Amino acid sequence: MTTSRAAAIILAKELRAEFRTRELLNTTIVFALMVVVLFSFSFDPTSAESRRYGPGLLWIAFLFAGSLMLHPSFAREQANDTLNALRMAPVDPFAILLGKTLANFCFLLFAELLLLPIFSVLYNVSFVGVLGRLLLVLVLGTLGIVITGTVFSAVAAQARMRELLLPLLLLPVLTPLLIAAVEATIGLLGDPPELTRSWLAVLIGFDVVFLTASWLLCDHLLEE
Amino acid sequence: MAASSRGNLGAALAVFALLGFACCAALFIAPDEATMHAIQRIFYFHVPSAWTAFVAFLITFIANIAYLVTRKPKWDWLGVSSAEVGLAFCTVVLVTGPIWAKPVWGIWWTWDARLTSTFVLWLLYVSYLLLRTLLADPERRPVFSAIFGIFAYLDVPLVYFSIRLWRTQHPQPVILGGSGSGINAVMLRVLLLCWAALTALMILLLRERYRLERMRHETDELRFEIEGRAADREMAGKGRG
Repeated sequence: MTTSRAAAIILAKELRAEFRTRELLNTTIVFALMVVVLFSFSFDPTSAESRRYGPGLLWIAFLFAGSLMLHPSFAREQANDTLNALRMAPVDPFAILLGKTLANFCFLLFAELLLLPIFSVLYNVSFVGVLGRLLLVLVLGTLGIVITGTVFSAVAAQARMRELLLPLLLLPVLTPLLIAAVEATIGLLGDPPELTRSWLAVLIGFDVVFLTASWLLCDHLLEE
Repeated sequence: MAASSRGNLGAALAVFALLGFACCAALFIAPDEATMHAIQRIFYFHVPSAWTAFVAFLITFIANIAYLVTRKPKWDWLGVSSAEVGLAFCTVVLVTGPIWAKPVWGIWWTWDARLTSTFVLWLLYVSYLLLRTLLADPERRPVFSAIFGIFAYLDVPLVYFSIRLWRTQHPQPVILGGSGSGINAVMLRVLLLCWAALTALMILLLRERYRLERMRHETDELRFEIEGRAADREMAGKGRG
């Protein structure tokens, strides 16, 4: 079986498992929404301030939501020891990782896309003219979060205090991604809106570096 | 055993003598800086500590890769030892920086590119060491911590690049214009001497920490063996009874 076909099957399995309960998506969306609402209480921003600080808030909400949401990705497999069953399948281990990464990408992007219009209405920030470019930044940023996050989820699943450990591992590594995504989004909300090449380059570089690293290291990550 | 501990003592004494000499050089031989005077002398330990920390983290990265390739426990011991020693030097950098900054810049801390990147670097390796303490399985611990260590090190250039880009787009809160490119020859020599002393200290600490890690590994194995034998004896006793 080719890697892409195996990854597609894993992806389908993850999506099916999630859409039966929708636990992960519901909790993630409500959590991110709360972060956005609490922002208003703690800073009471004006419309101009929302445009300036909103992107930072949005990406912090996405990062926190991602670092909580990615934890069950591998921890869920432990209840019935299903990870061993997956490992025994005659497929490239990277396919397992890739399938899970893509599933997490779908979940997180879905949550982000739901949150975006709510944020836009609550803080009077319009994304209408830049939707396409914003989607590009969202896709690249989310990819970075889930590529590193899925690997760390497999690592944290084997540790004590794993719910707390995952954000601890993930957030410092995501620093460059956070900076690039926030700055790119601020650029899009500026007047005139512009998408800075260098920030896009950082996002793409981040995704490429860590996707390559997880491809090289996944045999060790999923061994035995 | 006795000979090796005497050797260690000798090495330690030599390193401390070198450190003492470097200290004297930084305090008395290096010329007084024109604007900052005495406080500038912290620079002779601040900057070499940063270099030494980078070297230690590089050793961790190489050890992490070597462990995954060879699966020899010695690389794991080297990785964790070097990360711990590097973190200690990185902490020195983060502590001596503000001590210098308060009188010179008037503030303890600013979110300047270098300060911020060093802080993120420190956080990355704190996470690495924390992860090791939380991974209970002795077979998984070295593999998973090596994977995280590699990810953390790959992140370092991205962190530096993005923070530099980020900071140059904003006005600097503190002005210390184009930093001193071109340094007095004596100052440079003292700086290099201090770096040599701190590198020697790093190697000394690394060796001791490595030994400790190896002993810890050996006691773990012995304990495991004793427990196994005790369990066997219990089983045998039950069999007779």
